[in-house]
Parts: sequence; structure tokens; C-alpha cells
Amino acid sequence: MKSSNSFWKEKLAEQMPEHLAREIDIFETEITLRKQGKLEERLFAETRLRRGAYGQRYDNGQRSDGQKVQKLNFSSGDLTKGPNTMWDAPGMQRIKVPGGGLNAAQLEVMAELAEEYSDGIAHVTTRQDFQLHYVHIDDAPALMRRLATADITTREACGNSVRNVTACPYAGVCTDEAFDVTPYAQALAKFLLGHPDCQSFGRKFKPAFSGCAQHACGLTGLHDLGLIAKSRVNEVTGREELGFEMYVGGGLGAVPYQAKLFDSFVPPDELLPLAQAIARVFARHGEKKNRNRARIKFLIQDLGIEKFRELVREERKILPFDPRWTEYIREARAEFAEGPLKPAVNVPELVLINSANGSGPELQKWLKFNTRPQRQPGFVTVTVALPLGDITANQLRSLADIVRRFTRETIRTTVEQNFVIRWVSKGDLPELYKALHAVGLGDAGAGALVDITSCPGTDTCKLGISSSRGLAAELRRRVSEKSFTSDQAIQNLHIKISGCFNSCGQHHVADLGFYGVSRKIAGYAVPHFQVVLGGQWEQNAGSYGLPVVAVPSKNIPIVVSRLTERYLADRTNGETFKDFVMRTGKAQLKVLLEDLTKPPAGDRSFFSDWGDPREYTLGDLGDGECAGEVVSALDFGLAAAERELFEAQLAHEKGEVEVAGRSAYHAMVTAAKALVQIENADVGNNPDQIVQEFRTRYYDTQLFFDPFAGGKFANYLFDAHRKTGQQYTSESSRYLIDEAQLFIDAAHSCSNRLGTLVSA
Amino acid sequence: MRSILEEEVAVELQHVNVKLLLENPEDLNLDAVITVFHSWIQDQVCEELLLDVADYRHVHHGPGVVLIGHEADYAIDNTDGRLGIRYNRKAPLEGSNQDRLAQAVRAVLAAAERLHQDTRLNGKLHFNSQGFEIFVNDRLLAPNVAETRHALEAEFHDFLGVLFGGIEYSLKFESDPRRLFGAKIRTAEPIAVSDLRLNLAVGESSSYDIV
Repeated sequence: MKSSNSFWKEKLAEQMPEHLAREIDIFETEITLRKQGKLEERLFAETRLRRGAYGQRYDNGQRSDGQKVQKLNFSSGDLTKGPNTMWDAPGMQRIKVPGGGLNAAQLEVMAELAEEYSDGIAHVTTRQDFQLHYVHIDDAPALMRRLATADITTREACGNSVRNVTACPYAGVCTDEAFDVTPYAQALAKFLLGHPDCQSFGRKFKPAFSGCAQHACGLTGLHDLGLIAKSRVNEVTGREELGFEMYVGGGLGAVPYQAKLFDSFVPPDELLPLAQAIARVFARHGEKKNRNRARIKFLIQDLGIEKFRELVREERKILPFDPRWTEYIREARAEFAEGPLKPAVNVPELVLINSANGSGPELQKWLKFNTRPQRQPGFVTVTVALPLGDITANQLRSLADIVRRFTRETIRTTVEQNFVIRWVSKGDLPELYKALHAVGLGDAGAGALVDITSCPGTDTCKLGISSSRGLAAELRRRVSEKSFTSDQAIQNLHIKISGCFNSCGQHHVADLGFYGVSRKIAGYAVPHFQVVLGGQWEQNAGSYGLPVVAVPSKNIPIVVSRLTERYLADRTNGETFKDFVMRTGKAQLKVLLEDLTKPPAGDRSFFSDWGDPREYTLGDLGDGECAGEVVSALDFGLAAAERELFEAQLAHEKGEVEVAGRSAYHAMVTAAKALVQIENADVGNNPDQIVQEFRTRYYDTQLFFDPFAGGKFANYLFDAHRKTGQQYTSESSRYLIDEAQLFIDAAHSCSNRLGTLVSA
Repeated sequence: MRSILEEEVAVELQHVNVKLLLENPEDLNLDAVITVFHSWIQDQVCEELLLDVADYRHVHHGPGVVLIGHEADYAIDNTDGRLGIRYNRKAPLEGSNQDRLAQAVRAVLAAAERLHQDTRLNGKLHFNSQGFEIFVNDRLLAPNVAETRHALEAEFHDFLGVLFGGIEYSLKFESDPRRLFGAKIRTAEPIAVSDLRLNLAVGESSSYDIV
């Protein structure tokens, strides 16, 4: 939609890593093909999701305005970017940040993109990603190119793929970690990105790293693949060895699963191959048709952890050696090494407070909640608490200035939707606080009651049932003072809110968790939240909370104050909130909240949600895209062949006959490979091998034969392959393009005959 | 074809943003603005297709309350702690730079008038009659560098001369090269929304004289 979109490619041509540039060119071609009706909407949906371009609420072209359902007449007419998803409707762009690690330039790029393509706000997610909302799909390639210049990709940020690899934001500086997991998280992210073994999952796959077992920062217990740093002494050599405790099959969603121990000690060199073997087993055995049971947690539940482990071990044995297994870790160790900008200065807290002119009490609160000593003496980490995970473009630029001024640009996002600045010399704290405070980023209360986590909910999510952000903003306002003046036990509680049962707000692991539901009262839908109590944030999300009762949204603030007051009054010495909940029991807790489950008679305010004056309705719910579209590797392969053929046609139009001929030939090879891969996933990229295997598996068996034309179309491939190396003329490349089109059409027909297309 | 990077001639103004600063911003109840913006969607009162309302009041000096549209957004925006009515043109426009500036200003003035007249806001939302911001939300078309300023300064003055009907004004360009190209403008004396609209209309009728 931006006038400048077509110019960014030229401007940034020399500044993007080649692999990212190519990836974005491909996506741009797919956009063109979709607009021309040459790429089916289901395929386009999955391919855009795998680039992080997500749908958003009302993108089905209708919206309840509180009185009626309004049709949104977008100028793009009937053109869609996925099933029931209008082309012109704004969407969400998710941006992956492996391990949450950023530098100042990346913050500045994020600021520019938030300003130019979104609504001026960048949102930090509960998986250390960024999200920009209200982005037009036509702007996505330019946006992605600008990210690519800062070495950031959106690839596989959504869809049925390996999502962002998260890691403890204190990795490398934490006082009680076994070792720094950063290079391993980065290496795994790089290795699995676009990996052929990760392209045909039935659902998403989320890895996470933690430096220790006891804290929450990595949340490994709720991830598909969780890795906890561990050291042990080798019984034979007596030397210390580093490795990982590996967990699999955790996940939240409607029914949360705790990850199961897969291996108590995985040596670093085995980390990547074992993850690859797990990906293969998931791709091969995981559910594809029923999306509600397609996460790896269900596969492990069905097989049992022992059988799953056995399959993975067998797969590991036959994996072809890949030098990247160790190379990537070695490279990441060098690339992600960190250190301070300034020398360590150890200053007592009292001196710090006294040195802050006039801001002593505020600084004191901030020091208490937002700073944490590093294991390197004299250095601390500083948490920048973001309200609801939101930050403006100007704040991002200021933050870039601040991290340049005080550190070597060492900053990470957190799963609590905040930033952590690392390697701050303790003596700089008053000045750093002043700088943050000046731009509205100096709020105290990080990790405390006021630091509420929330998913986007009904604000922008198609699946949102209740306004999680509206509630979070209201609770934040009400508990902000309580956060600092109440008992320490209350100050440290966690509130997490999801707009629906899908748990993006991670409500299962909060002391006080809420997720959106709706109830009918007097014939009207009323927004509610299910109250989930006593989840455990610590121990890497050690246990999940207890659903107690659903309460109207507008009564949730009373629920919070009533529960915290009861906890304070009833708790035994040192009892945690989780233990208090378990001891009190669901029945008693329900009694405590029972009178809040119905709106007061005659109070119409309960029929609308927080921050939204419209009469509440479920009519705006859309089809979720979390699950992506189930598209097989064959579908993707054939779509890639179509795209290559399109590129051949464009080249021919420009008179580039050599490029046209080569691209047309390659399009046929790609289509052939897609078919071969059904039987041999490891076929590789060598055209000789692909053509040979295609001949054996599809020509000799006549599986590829057209009912009328027989093996004619296969012969187009064999002829073209035989002639590789010969020069193309305008005429010969034109013929080859036509033949390639017929070959690809025949590959589609073959695929249909084989019944290999997976229905969504 | 010459690329835009080689162009040395006029900067193409697209994605023009205009902000009118508000009088007594502390008196304004933004809860009521949310209700009003929702009603604008119900009635589709603007030329643009209106889609949604985004509430960013929790963010320090942020976009405030945004009425998201397809072709443009409207907001009660608090960037830099300067509360104002902001129009953010997203879809490209045909015409000259003067046309595009005029379109954005017309849209924000219409919004200002509509908000001022809305009884749900108790007459508390009104333009302070002197403070304006104009900026270009596209760093490729209008990077915030001296060359852009050189290319657009005369365009801005031509336009503002017509808009203010000869009233003197001061103009300060944004100095941080990382921020959007644009300027903060203040007239020497107050000027009413109705007069601004009138001046624009007069300017349009003689637009060939302006360019």
C-alpha cells in the first residue's frame, strides 16, 4: 500500500544477507501469483503465515459495530489472502527475535516499521517476539527487507513451523545458571530455520532454553522442546561436563501439558542432531488432519515417552552427518559473546539513592523491582517494564540511545513482555534511571503484581473472546499503588491474562490467571473470564493452575482484591499463593467468589467489555490461524515449482533467455523432487539424483503417466535434463516454459491420483 | 527507467500526517473519545473506510486513541506529550504535493469540527487555533535529511501561506534525522477551523496559482 514499497528492494539490495533477500523475493512473487489467481488461497495463507504475516480480527470483512454486523467494503473486492481473509484487511506481522537478543540498530529499525507500517506501537510478546498490528499485506515485503538489513527475519514466525527459539534473558549473567545457553539457543534457531525436516509439521513447534531449573525465565516446562543447562562431573575423568536436560511435549492451550523428561543429559554436540531427529519423528508421526491433536504433546501422549524416545534414537542413528551441528555452536559462541562498555563500579544502594537528586523514593522502588545483580561483580541487569508489552517508536529510539550510552548494546526481550538491559555498571544506575524515566520507561514494578502479562485478545486477535488487554489496563491502574505498599507476599504475585482458552497470555502459570469465556445472561452474551488460580511461574513453569469459576469481566478487579486480601489474612507463615490455593481448595475458593458470578441487576455496563463501549458479541470471532493451514511438503514443492516457472516467464519477457530456460528447467526438477520426496525425504538437491529417482519411482512404475498422454510429460523433464548445459534461444526457452507448465500440471494430477494431498 | 534514488527533482509527498494541537488537553476525557470513534465506525462518517479503535492510553506519550481506517487513521495522539487530533494518510493519493497536503489538512479539520461539535465530549475537545504539525510518514520518499528539506521547504511555505490566509507563522523542521521528516508550525495569532477550511477552499479554486 505504501508508495515506496517497490523502491526498497533497489535501495537495500546490497545491504541484505543474500539468503534473506532471496526469501523475500520469493514471497513477493507469491503475492503477485496470488493476485493473479495462480496460487490457491490455502497455500498462500500458509506461505504468508510462515513469513509471520498473520490474520487479524475482522479480516473476514465484517465487524459488529455494537448495533449491527457491518460489511467492510475493502477496495480489493473478493481477493483473499487465505480462506475467508480479505486481501486489504489489516494483519499482524510477527517478527522473530531468537533468545530475545537485540542491538540498538535493530531497535531503531523496529521503531521505523512501527511508525510507517503499523500504528506507531511495537508489541513485545510472551515468546520474546515483536508484533506489529494493522499491517497491510502489500507492505510486508518492504517491511521484511528493512528488517533483513538489520539481520532480522520473520520467517517461520507463524504457521506450522519451528517458532521463535526463546531463552532466559539473563543467560550469561545470571547468578545461578549452570552456563550461558545463548550460543546454543542461537545455533538451534539458525539450524532449524527453514530446515527441510521442519517443513511438514501438523502444527507449530516451540523450543525454549533455560540456564537453571529453579527460576521461571525460560519456561521450559510449557514448551514443545525445553532445554535446561546442566553441569555434571564425569565419573571416569572427574572433569566437569556441560550439557542439557532435555524435555519434550509441554504446551499450554486449552488443556496444558507438562513437558516430559526426554534425556537427563544431552552433550552440546548432540543438541542439534537430536532436535533434528525429534523434528523428523514429529513430522512423520504427528497428527496432520485433526489440528486439535496435532501438537507434539499429543503424539507423545499417544505413543508414550519411551516409544517416542525409541523412535527418536533410531532416527538419530540414521541421520546423515551434518557439519553444521557443531559449526553453528562454535560460530555462535564467538558471535554472541558479551561484555561491558564501562568498568564495574560497586556502589551501596543507599549511596545510589542519595545520589539521585529528588528522585530517591522512586529510584528506591525501581532499584528494588527492576534491577538484579549479575554474576559479574559490579554489574547489574535492568528491566524496562512495558505496560501491556507496548512501546512507542520514539521510546524505541530512546532505548537505542540508552543502551548505546550505558552498554555494548546488550538488551533482550523477555517472556513477561519487557526488556532487560544487561551489563550495566552499578554506578550508572541513577543516570540510567533518569534517562529511562525521561522517556516514560522508568516505571518500577517489573515482575511484580502490576507487571501484568496479556495477549492481544479481542483488540486484534480473531480468536479473542474477552478483552484481555482492556482488563489488564484496568487492573494495572487499580493495583499500581498496591504493588508497592502491600505486603511483600502480594507484591510478588503474578497476574496473566489470555483473551481465550488458547493461553497466549500464559494464564496457566500465573498466581492469578484469567482467560476469556462468554456466558449468556438474560438472553445476552456477557464477557467473562475464567479464574485460574495457583499456577507456578517458578521452576520453569513448574505446575499449572486450578480453574475455579467464570466471573463477568467487570467483576474481575473485585476478584483480585478479594483473593489477595483472603490470602493475606489466611496464609500460614511463608505460605505461597499456590500452596494457599491448594490448601483452601476449589470448593472454598468458589464459595468466596460465588456472589461475583452474576452481574448486578440492571447494570448494563456488564454487557460490554473493558475499553470497548460496544454491546458485547461473539459475532466477531474468526477462524484462527494459530494452527496454520495444513499443507504438505508436496504442496509446497509444487507451489515452489509454479513460482520458478513464473520467474522463467518474467525473465523471458525481459529477453533474458538463458535465465528463462534455466528457471523453466529447474521448475520441472523442483516439481519432480516434490514427488520423489514422498518416498525419499533425503533426496537432496542434485538434479541427476532427482531425475534418476523420478524415473525409477514414477516413470518406470507409470505412476506419473497421464491417462491419455502416457509418459509424454515426464519425457519433457528427461529431455530438458539431457540438454542442460546447452545454450537456450528465445524460441527454445519459450518451448521449455510451455513444457514445464505441462509437466507441473501433470505433477499436480499425479499428486491427486496418489491421494497425497492432505485435506485441511 | 530511472530509479527514485537517482531522482534529484521534487520529492513526492505521500502519506502526509497532520496534527492539530488541542486546547486544555488535561480536560479531555479520552474514554468518551473511544465511544465517539466507535460511533464514527457505526455511521462510517468519513471518506475513508473505518475499521477499529485502538486504545494506547497506557503508553507514555504514545498514539493515544487511534481510529484505524483502511486509507487513513485518525487519532487523539499524544506523541511528544503534545495532545492533538492527528490524521495519518496511509493509502497513496493522486495529484500534486499541494493536493495531498490539502487532502490531509481537510480531513483533519473535518475531524476536528466533528469532534468539537460532539455533545458526548462536552465541548472540551477543541483545536488550540495555533499549533500544527505536518510530517511525512515514509522514510524512503522523504528521508529526514537536508536534501528533503531543501526540496520541500518551498512546498510547505506555499501551502501554509494559502492555509493561513496570510497570517504569519513560525515553522521548525524536525532535527533528529531518525524521526520522520516534518515540521512543527505555530501561527502568530489564532485562526479558527472554519477559517482554515475556507482558506483551503479558496486556495483550491485558484490552485494553479499556487503550484
